[in-house]
Amino acid sequence: MPAEISKGPAAPGCEKVDPIVVVDKVTRQFGGLKAVDVEHVEIPRGMITALIGPNGAGKTTFFNLLTGFDKPDTGSWTFEGKDLAGLPSHKVARLGMVRTFQLTKSLNIMTVMENMRLGAQHQRGEGFWASVFKPLWKSQEIAITDQAAELLVRFKLDAKRDDYAGELSGGQRKLLEMARALMAKPKLVMLDEPMAGVNPALTQSLLEHIKDLKKDGTTVLFVEHDMHMVRNISDWVIVMAEGKIVAEGPPNKVMKDQAVIDAYLGAHADTDLGTVAIKTIKAGK
Amino acid sequence: MARLAPSLTMEVGLNRLMKRAKRPIGALIAAFTLFAGLLAASPAMADDEIIETEFTISGTLLDGETPLVGVTVTATGPNDFTQTVTSDDTGMFNFFVPEEAVYTVTLDESTLPEGASLAPDTPASQEVDLVGMGFAAVLYTFGTGEIQEESIWDQLIVRVFAGLNFGLLLAIAAIGISLIYGTTGLNNFAHGEMVTLGALMMWVFYTLLQLNIVIAALAAILVTAVSGLAQDRLMWKPLRRRRLGLNQIMIVSIGFSIVARYIMLLFFGGETKDISGGGNAVVIGSLYTTDVALASMGISLVALLGVAYFLTRTRVGKATRAVSDNASLAASTGIDVDRIILIVWVLAAALTGLSGVLYGLQFQAGWELGFNILLLLFAAVTLGGLGTSMGATVGALIIGLVVEISPMVIANELKYAVALVILIVILIIRPQGVLGKKQRIG
Amino acid sequence: MDFIGILGLTIGELFSPFTIAYVLCAMGLAMHFGFTGLLNFGQAAFAGLGAYGFSISVLSFGLDWWAAALVGILSAVAFAFVLGIPTLRLRSDYLAIVTIAAAQALYFALSASDFADLTGGSSGLHGFAESFYAMNPIPEGRYTFIVTEMSERGVFISIIGWVLVILVSIFLTALTKSPWGRVLKGIREDEDAVRSLGKSVFAYKMQSLIIGGVIAAVGGMIFILAPEYNSPGTWVTNFTFMIWTVLLLGGAATVLGPVVGGMSFFALLMLTEGVMTGLVDLGVLPFLNISQVAQIRYLLVGLALMLLVIYKPQGFLGNKKETLINAR
Repeated sequence: MPAEISKGPAAPGCEKVDPIVVVDKVTRQFGGLKAVDVEHVEIPRGMITALIGPNGAGKTTFFNLLTGFDKPDTGSWTFEGKDLAGLPSHKVARLGMVRTFQLTKSLNIMTVMENMRLGAQHQRGEGFWASVFKPLWKSQEIAITDQAAELLVRFKLDAKRDDYAGELSGGQRKLLEMARALMAKPKLVMLDEPMAGVNPALTQSLLEHIKDLKKDGTTVLFVEHDMHMVRNISDWVIVMAEGKIVAEGPPNKVMKDQAVIDAYLGAHADTDLGTVAIKTIKAGK
Repeated sequence: MARLAPSLTMEVGLNRLMKRAKRPIGALIAAFTLFAGLLAASPAMADDEIIETEFTISGTLLDGETPLVGVTVTATGPNDFTQTVTSDDTGMFNFFVPEEAVYTVTLDESTLPEGASLAPDTPASQEVDLVGMGFAAVLYTFGTGEIQEESIWDQLIVRVFAGLNFGLLLAIAAIGISLIYGTTGLNNFAHGEMVTLGALMMWVFYTLLQLNIVIAALAAILVTAVSGLAQDRLMWKPLRRRRLGLNQIMIVSIGFSIVARYIMLLFFGGETKDISGGGNAVVIGSLYTTDVALASMGISLVALLGVAYFLTRTRVGKATRAVSDNASLAASTGIDVDRIILIVWVLAAALTGLSGVLYGLQFQAGWELGFNILLLLFAAVTLGGLGTSMGATVGALIIGLVVEISPMVIANELKYAVALVILIVILIIRPQGVLGKKQRIG
Repeated sequence: MDFIGILGLTIGELFSPFTIAYVLCAMGLAMHFGFTGLLNFGQAAFAGLGAYGFSISVLSFGLDWWAAALVGILSAVAFAFVLGIPTLRLRSDYLAIVTIAAAQALYFALSASDFADLTGGSSGLHGFAESFYAMNPIPEGRYTFIVTEMSERGVFISIIGWVLVILVSIFLTALTKSPWGRVLKGIREDEDAVRSLGKSVFAYKMQSLIIGGVIAAVGGMIFILAPEYNSPGTWVTNFTFMIWTVLLLGGAATVLGPVVGGMSFFALLMLTEGVMTGLVDLGVLPFLNISQVAQIRYLLVGLALMLLVIYKPQGFLGNKKETLINAR
């Protein structure tokens, strides 16, 4: 555990020692429902941060807003000091803030290797005129392929590299999507429920991958319902309920926070949060 | 230039009435009043060798209320076509021309009676365009320009009325498209063919078999409704079972529209059919119309209200909305989605058939009728926001008004084009349509 | 029945400039639909703009054939922008409706008498091909190709057409096998995934719309240069539907699919038409007359379109696993 993450005591919207993302007054309304209403929040650099909260808390919408997939009604936010408000999603990704999706978006009628190659940034061969002259991009393509092959080994997908992504299992597709995001060499990866639908046998290795990312200096922000995973790997936990940030802090502290327990359970107090949360998910889906 | 002055083009329906006035349909039809203070009566005494063709150009020469008799008017057109006629004792003249083309009509000012002269902004020689219409009217204004100003307002009233009439016709067909899109996700490109079917069936039952008008209309609607039932049961339901993608099904509907259209062409032939619906002239203030047009608007309105009642007040209607909202959720609450879709198909087909019947009665029926208005229907549905019935109605009324009013400023033959351009422009400004809601992404 | 005659016509159809024109338009559509997933139902407008851009430039502005061809191509580019900017950010079916509407609006405008000074109105244009055929090196005369006879101009335009088909094939192959083509295939399947990886989906779709449109514009020019006549009635929705049928027959996501699809489609069409006309002449099909045989031609197009999409969406050359027209 690093010495200090937040500047002062952990509280909703507290300032961080070294924030990578700073969000101010971001709101998003759907009809009469305020899906997201975040006053202020900072994501610490180089850490693994979990974003948790009951269903409908606005976590995925918040992800969509931060990455330019949806436009907020009000608010501004920065990534490494750069203002991101109004920036289209692909430009957000180019800055090094790459996300995955709750419902896996592997490209099923492309091979695993082609999926991976697509993730790489600054490809000369992706320019229209350059694409017709293979010598211009051939060496880069080889380098990209090597990088992809390495990642596939790490994610144990190397045997599948020439299969269509559609032929993989759900969990493998989730891994592929994450590996593909890493091809972009992001500074911040945002994982939307990386564990959902993943075979328990794969969970442990997935956790290791996420920890490895941190070792490589990548910041991780993830949405998750699995409290054991949250406890296991996160350095910092942010809790959302009804669109607002209701609690923040190191995982062990947050799990005991009354506001969090209330957010999840309403009246039912002292049950173990982990199991209850899982039940809530099952009931909700 | 070839541009027609706004006052020269006329509303389609009224032209049709003029045309019909020449046909002996019972004792009903004697004379039809045209807008701008013009009166259309029996055709001009024409030269001997004139052959009656499908295509007509006509006009009435009135100086104020006084008909101008015996004025020589000449029409020239492609292939050295020339025809000269003189106005009859009601001031009317009429040409039968061989093809749908652009003709030049010239009034011989030397043959005008004492004291009558063309208004300053009315040229003696005018171009008229029959392309896509088959008939056109030439307007000559006499005396001072004062009447002209009044007639623009009168024209506007007539055109707004015609626009609402056409818009309502489009609306009942567009709601059909919208309901099908809402419940199945299909953009049905074969929808226009149901309009055609309705109109052609009306021709069969009413004109050919001489049935009572109400019975004929009901029979035509029944046939179209059955065709909707058959389409869903024999084609779309099996295709849904095959889990064909929506884009794929859409392309199938394009193929089906071609097949259906050419089958109707093979059966009914290429010539347009006049459904001798007739109608009596009705004058309300400065508005000249017919009882058929009024009845058609009334029936359309009742049908629209009926659909609204069905969707909001009945069990099946509410279930339909639930299926539109989220089919799998609706299924999980015990709604039989396939049954709802079938009901929607039958209802949509019946409404569209009704639209065809009313269209055929007021204008004419032909094998390409539905295809020609299909894009207007899509424009209406898209304008209103895909998949909402209210939106489709509003969109259809906008399109109807645009189509009928735009000829006041642009050439008549471009009026459909204007509607389509407006569709594109609105999509730039408001992609979700006029009434549509923004969708949540992801 | 004149079997030799029918066979001759069928073989002639295989290599005719009209078939080439359709093949080129279908190659453009392969770029749009096959490789990018764009539902373009206005391909007739792209081809028509090529044709009118060319013929108007020659007749009204006295340009040389190459400058006129450039104008035709630029018209298609401009049209791609007009269509693409409002619709490429919207759901895929909006593009379908807007392209078909825009194409129809263009057809109304081209046949309108208002612009007849420029477009010739409903009677169309001719006399624009002289500067093009001035560079024809083939000596005047009649040339027999297997069984069909052509003038020196027919031979020339056919050669030019096939050279273009080969060049476009090479170009499309290079494009689609490159990282650029990879991005397109990604877009075809899931735009959001591609966006999340930092690619500007809109820019790629626009490039695809332009490229496919330009290829169709070239096809449109070939189409009018062969008969040396440009009629607005050519550029109607049925033309677009024919192109779709050609494309789906050959295989939407293949470069050579349009070639195979175009040749087989028109040969088959000519064969059935010839045989049916023969049968009607012999009195075997008493319920049909000769003019109805031509109508059945379109009926078959519609039927082919339906059956192909349902039963063989990958076409002759496509890969079954990569069946494209996927649900969204």
